[in-house]
Amino acid sequence: MEPALVIWARRGVLAMLGLGAVALLFFAAATVGQFPVSLSDVARILWEGLTGLPQDVSDRARAVVMDIRVPRLASALLVGLALSAAGATYQAVFRNPLVAPDILGVTSGAGLGAVLAIFLSLPVAAIQGMAFVFGLGAVTLVYAVSRAVKGAHDPILVLVLAGVVIGAVMGAGIAVLTYLADPYDQLPAITFWLMGSLAGVTFSDLGNAWPAVALGLGPLLFLRWRVNLMSLGDDEARALGVDTERLRLILVVCATLATSSVVAIAGTIGWVGLIIPHMARFVVGPEFSRLLPATILMGSVYLLGVDTIARAATTVEIPLGVLNAFVGAPLFLWVLARARLSWR
Amino acid sequence: MPLHRRQLLGLFGGLPFAAVPGVLRAAGRRITDSAGRAVAVPDRVTKVFPAGPPASIFLYMMAPDLLAGWSRVLRGKERAGIAETYHGLPEIGRLTGRGGSANLETVMVMKPDLILDYGSVKPTYISLADRVQAQTGIPYALIDGRFDNIAKSFLTLGDLIGRPERGRACAAKAQTIIDGLAAARAAIPTADRPRVYYGRGADGLQTGAKGAINVELLGHAGAVNVADQAGEGGLTKVSLEQILGWDPDVVLTTDPNFFDLIWTHDVWKTLPAVKAGRVYLSPTVPWGWFDRPPSANRLIGLHWLLAVLYPDRFLQGLADRARDFYSFFYHLDLDADRLAMILGPGSHPGNPRKP
Repeated sequence: MEPALVIWARRGVLAMLGLGAVALLFFAAATVGQFPVSLSDVARILWEGLTGLPQDVSDRARAVVMDIRVPRLASALLVGLALSAAGATYQAVFRNPLVAPDILGVTSGAGLGAVLAIFLSLPVAAIQGMAFVFGLGAVTLVYAVSRAVKGAHDPILVLVLAGVVIGAVMGAGIAVLTYLADPYDQLPAITFWLMGSLAGVTFSDLGNAWPAVALGLGPLLFLRWRVNLMSLGDDEARALGVDTERLRLILVVCATLATSSVVAIAGTIGWVGLIIPHMARFVVGPEFSRLLPATILMGSVYLLGVDTIARAATTVEIPLGVLNAFVGAPLFLWVLARARLSWR
Repeated sequence: MPLHRRQLLGLFGGLPFAAVPGVLRAAGRRITDSAGRAVAVPDRVTKVFPAGPPASIFLYMMAPDLLAGWSRVLRGKERAGIAETYHGLPEIGRLTGRGGSANLETVMVMKPDLILDYGSVKPTYISLADRVQAQTGIPYALIDGRFDNIAKSFLTLGDLIGRPERGRACAAKAQTIIDGLAAARAAIPTADRPRVYYGRGADGLQTGAKGAINVELLGHAGAVNVADQAGEGGLTKVSLEQILGWDPDVVLTTDPNFFDLIWTHDVWKTLPAVKAGRVYLSPTVPWGWFDRPPSANRLIGLHWLLAVLYPDRFLQGLADRARDFYSFFYHLDLDADRLAMILGPGSHPGNPRKP
């Protein structure tokens, strides 16, 4: 056994290294974009933003960096970490590595809310609000259904099945609205929303999303040691004094809150919540108290990188959902292959 | 063999058995449609089934009494833009486009003399027309929906429905509008031609790339679409930063939500075009003037577009032109109130909502 001090010191160093890497990437990503802003101007504008010391730069450049790039980069970090942390949590709760944050219908519920708002020609704030409310509503419905039919069945199985059923109903609702939508006006907007994008994110959107994400992730970080016990199975965990039913409810509520608040501003972004926890597992192992911070770090960095390509590679935006799969799949396979080699 | 199938389908569709040979026998005229297909149409056409919203608009403009129904019924204030006689026509769905919603059997029950599609004449639509024609036994004509070909398309439709004189009148009217405006536009120095961004969707971040039918009118107005730099394509999504980089002189939209948003949004309001109040919301009653859907409704939009881009030269006369257009093509006499409602605040210079 190493002394506790050494363990804590090592953790501190690792955390500092991780945060340093994120900060470096953030700066690098802030220097690229469609609007030409020189490297030194970006640095000066960011310095001005951090310290409040006024710098001699043009207002346009300042608006581009501070009002467009910074909120977008910050939201990429937020969306990436929220989705991947939620994915890791769901995988632990359901003791299943194939589970993603949309298992309980949060994504399809949010999609239905957003599509309904677009169908009703509502403004952006209402589209985000309805996505958030419908996402939470879908999971609440799933939970209520699973409580109602629980009986003698395995509670996890019932919960997953209820999620699949409600998700299918929400998906059908999206299909109905897509079918009824004006093909020359609303249909393109619906399609673009369902592909996911951070193109229009502002500080005020971010301001709406981050408290809910913090509210969701805070308890997860505090409870992460106890989550390990759930991997033993309900009976064993209960024997060790964990109220599994209550813990599961808390974890699901937290992960759902985080997911639906970021889906509301970003649209449907699949894949991150499924893949990033696995990549983190290859690096730090399955122990949840280490897995969760690693997942958060990797998820935020990953989405920051992918979104930078999405906004900077071509004149038009590459849909985030599309790029996500094209970049994520090979990356995941590469990690998979490497991990198998090292395990041998 | 095809005859058997038609008869069988005709039977299932509720079409009287004898009517199928009747359609074929009555095919006294063969008219070539815009896709080069010879379409056999009856001598007397009394009912036409529009395959989608652009076709229903084109047909309404030409001969509203032939409409079997609306592909999409006009809702709310949109109804104020068409003659009351046609408010009550049934909603019949779309036969083409993305996800047809009309049932072939319903089409046959309605017994139209002709199915009309107005828009793209690409192979997908040609094959669709051939299939539906073979299945239902109802002649199916495709008419080119490109803005340049509006006059020619009116003539073709006139021939198809047996009303060549109305076809000629519509074609002449359309050509007069286009030519008259083209002559006036030619006098504008190249340096004065604005660079325009067309924003769609509630966030305004969807736009038509080069060659998209949604922005076809910009070229006719002598304006430059800033999104041309994104290359050829249809509707695409762009980033705010890209739009700031393009720095358009004018922003156009058809979305009232976006029109409300742009004046207060942190980033949009820093755009010089917004600061100068050069943001315009296209009229949409009964159909969009600029886009939505891209049909012959855009004829009046051309004058509107010139009026907002070059108010000194074209703003005067827009109201008279609109009244004349609605009367001739939409069968509706506009009074001052209705005209004001249709033009709406924000759709023309002189009433800019500055930040």
